[in-house]
Amino acid sequence: MSATSSTILNLPDQRTATLPKRTYINNEDGLLSWLFTGDHKRIAILYLISITFFFFIGGAFAGLIRLELLTPQGDLMASDTYNKMFSMHGIIMVFLFLVPSVPATLGNFLMPIMLGAKDLAFPKINLLSWYLYWLGGIVVLGALVLGGVDTGWTFTTPLSTHYLNTHVVTAATGVFILGFSSIFTGLNFIVTIHRMRAPGMTWFRMPLFVWSHYAASILMVLGTPVLAITLTLVALERLVGIGVFDPTKGGDPLLFQHLFWFYSHPAVYIMILPGMGVISEVISTFSRKRVFGYTAVAFSSVAIALFGFFVWAHHMFIMGVSNYSALVFSLLTMLVAVPSAIKTFNWAFTMQKGSITFETPMLYAFGFLGLFTIGGMTGVFLGALGMDIHLTETYFIVAHFHFVMVGGMLMAFLAGIHFWWPKMTGRMYPESLSKLAAVTTFIGFNLTFLPQFILGYLGMPRRYHAYPPEFQVLNVLSTAGATVLGVGYMLPLLYLAWSLKYGAIAGNNPWQATGLEWQIQSPPITENFIEIPIVDHEAYDYEWLEHKTAQEVTTVG
Amino acid sequence: MHISPVLWQFLVKWLNASALFPREASTIAPYADALYFFLLLITVVGLTFVGCLIFGFAIRYRKEKHPIAIQVEGSTLLEATWTIIPLALFLIVFVWGALLYFRIYNPPTNAMNIYIVGKQWMWKAEHPGGQHEINALHVPMGRPVQLTMISQDVFHSFSIPDFRVKREVIPGRYSTVWFNATTPGTYHIFCTQYCGTNHSAMIGEVTVLSPDDYEKWTQQSTSGTSLAQNGERLFASMGCNACHSGSAAARGPNLAGVYGSKLQLTNGSQVLVNDAYLRDSILNPSQHITAGYAPIMPTYQGQISEDGLIDLVEYIKSMQSNYRVQQTLTTSESNQAAPTTPGVVKP
Repeated sequence: MSATSSTILNLPDQRTATLPKRTYINNEDGLLSWLFTGDHKRIAILYLISITFFFFIGGAFAGLIRLELLTPQGDLMASDTYNKMFSMHGIIMVFLFLVPSVPATLGNFLMPIMLGAKDLAFPKINLLSWYLYWLGGIVVLGALVLGGVDTGWTFTTPLSTHYLNTHVVTAATGVFILGFSSIFTGLNFIVTIHRMRAPGMTWFRMPLFVWSHYAASILMVLGTPVLAITLTLVALERLVGIGVFDPTKGGDPLLFQHLFWFYSHPAVYIMILPGMGVISEVISTFSRKRVFGYTAVAFSSVAIALFGFFVWAHHMFIMGVSNYSALVFSLLTMLVAVPSAIKTFNWAFTMQKGSITFETPMLYAFGFLGLFTIGGMTGVFLGALGMDIHLTETYFIVAHFHFVMVGGMLMAFLAGIHFWWPKMTGRMYPESLSKLAAVTTFIGFNLTFLPQFILGYLGMPRRYHAYPPEFQVLNVLSTAGATVLGVGYMLPLLYLAWSLKYGAIAGNNPWQATGLEWQIQSPPITENFIEIPIVDHEAYDYEWLEHKTAQEVTTVG
Repeated sequence: MHISPVLWQFLVKWLNASALFPREASTIAPYADALYFFLLLITVVGLTFVGCLIFGFAIRYRKEKHPIAIQVEGSTLLEATWTIIPLALFLIVFVWGALLYFRIYNPPTNAMNIYIVGKQWMWKAEHPGGQHEINALHVPMGRPVQLTMISQDVFHSFSIPDFRVKREVIPGRYSTVWFNATTPGTYHIFCTQYCGTNHSAMIGEVTVLSPDDYEKWTQQSTSGTSLAQNGERLFASMGCNACHSGSAAARGPNLAGVYGSKLQLTNGSQVLVNDAYLRDSILNPSQHITAGYAPIMPTYQGQISEDGLIDLVEYIKSMQSNYRVQQTLTTSESNQAAPTTPGVVKP
């Protein structure tokens, strides 16, 4: 590898290279060996296949929604159908894709390896979590097949309890079950991080990926039960009319909003924090530098998790909460924006004095930084009380959370998948094609969602099946962007599948990264390590890696 | 924000013409837009800054130019900088936003009141003078208008983007919003809270009229009976006047002039009598027993529509004396009294 080359990608000589003989993939054969596996890596692969399946279902709904919005009249489908479309899009994308996306796939695969452990603390609970995921997924799909649900993903009462005769209880049951899948994943991570670290792996030697998963896990374990309770109450109200949310029985419809957002606001941090962990790893690797302000980044994850629990009422500023409680929640919302700003600047400064290369994961990470900055800043618009009045419940909010969730989280997820793909499968994907996909996604994303900010300020309400004709131009732009975005998401599916058989052999450490996962063979053996590593260096110690590589060369030579 | 009015108007006109920016048609709109532009400014500055850092570093420290990375530890000074500067900016936004919020949600005391009832999937506007509108609202220019809103079924949200005002319309609870329209014309009303099948059809138009036109409209479109007059009839037909007659021996408290006063309740608390209190004490009387009275009033839950409740509230608000109540009472009693045999003692 010459010093002037513009890539750090270092693949073994393809004429002689082979995949390792014994890996977690071929350790046992047969479908049952996968379905009854306790291996965190196999479960991660099962999850990866599952969430990809649901992502494309949710994506198909998004495509149909954008197609309907191409014209101002509701001409492609009936209002009820449209309402079911965006409800299913939301439910599937939030509960079946975003929440498990990074933690259940990359987190499951990497967490034990990064800590130097053989597996997660509770392998069987991990498998149970995947089965619950599918059970919940099937119940949600069941609700869809039986005729759909049109509450929106928020299940707002009293609409969901008294005014709809779609399959609300079925969908809520699905989400209820999915909640347990999420709780088990979080629980497993917390215990693993506390109890299973290799000798020498102190808290501040852990990769930031682990820190951010730790913060997200706390949110999963503490937040998700509240969602379960809320959905149970909705189901009881619908089935037997207990009247907790019904004003005619002395209930309070606003109580539902409080309970729902008490989970669903932390849930957005459950979704974004693991993505932030991925970005830390990727930026460090492709800058050849330790993450700038490691402790600040680690603690900002924990700060986000902590503050994240106390901002839920910012979803209700216009709902007649007392003006003074609105003040408090607005202030706390401003505070929770700060740790995200800290992270962004630290990532940017990680590149300072680095030696930067621009492989696919890094391109996705750049995309993340730009889009997440916009997503975060527009969050401040919505946190500002008076501004929120005009912007809430419009396309501004739709654009805002898509910037954070899709622009942020999905970019991070794809960065992570491209980063660890050689480790997970032992093979590389075609680089030029994957760079094209990263750029396509970025352009398509901006074209889809930037016009929606303008639509939002113009006042176009969200969840509208038909809209006044003056909004059409911007909607056409947005739909055009969605098409480009769709192509951007199809590409990885195709070339990653292709690479499974035809991709170049990746070798142990194609990116020359420092993480423990890169020091073992790819794909790893079932036990991860031949002997449990003893950690004597901090995360992102590139000098240690250089030293180690130099020694290996001497030994072999 | 201190920006020259000429420049401001030019900016706003240019943006309107290109359909990228809503019209400014209320006194609140310029305040909201000022904060919006400030937020846009810090977003653009922040994004440019992050962009410059990323592109700057990416170009300067790319591998071809900078083959060996130099390890740097973090810097407490830098960490403090990018904690404090964003925090300070966000706090400015917080204070600014809070001021705007209080401006939008605290109506001036001289605001005229219009009732809005939301139901799947229409907006009903009830003017105190007896004008009723569906999916339309006529308001005078240059006069503060307060909307007292309630939903008959699910959550709705009443939004007029060109006025920059919006508020949730909640079942079982009055919520209010106010505006002062500045430019005659018609503007969209949207329901912005998802409310079921025809959510996107729950739209209407607010028409801002000059004071003269508004006067004309008021006279032409009145139904002939004001809300208070409707309320008076309901008051008699529901039998409210039997107890709330205002006489010394009456079983219910005197309602004349009760609106706006402070009431002492049997549970010791003191309440301000406003629209919400009046509505609630008709529906859940046992929760609100005025000190000195027995809890004998039955609930009217399910017996009066939201429109009826508005009529009653409006009537009680307008009630200055009990003269007409007692008149009605005597009339109805004398009607009933006619066939009864003498000698029966009335309770």
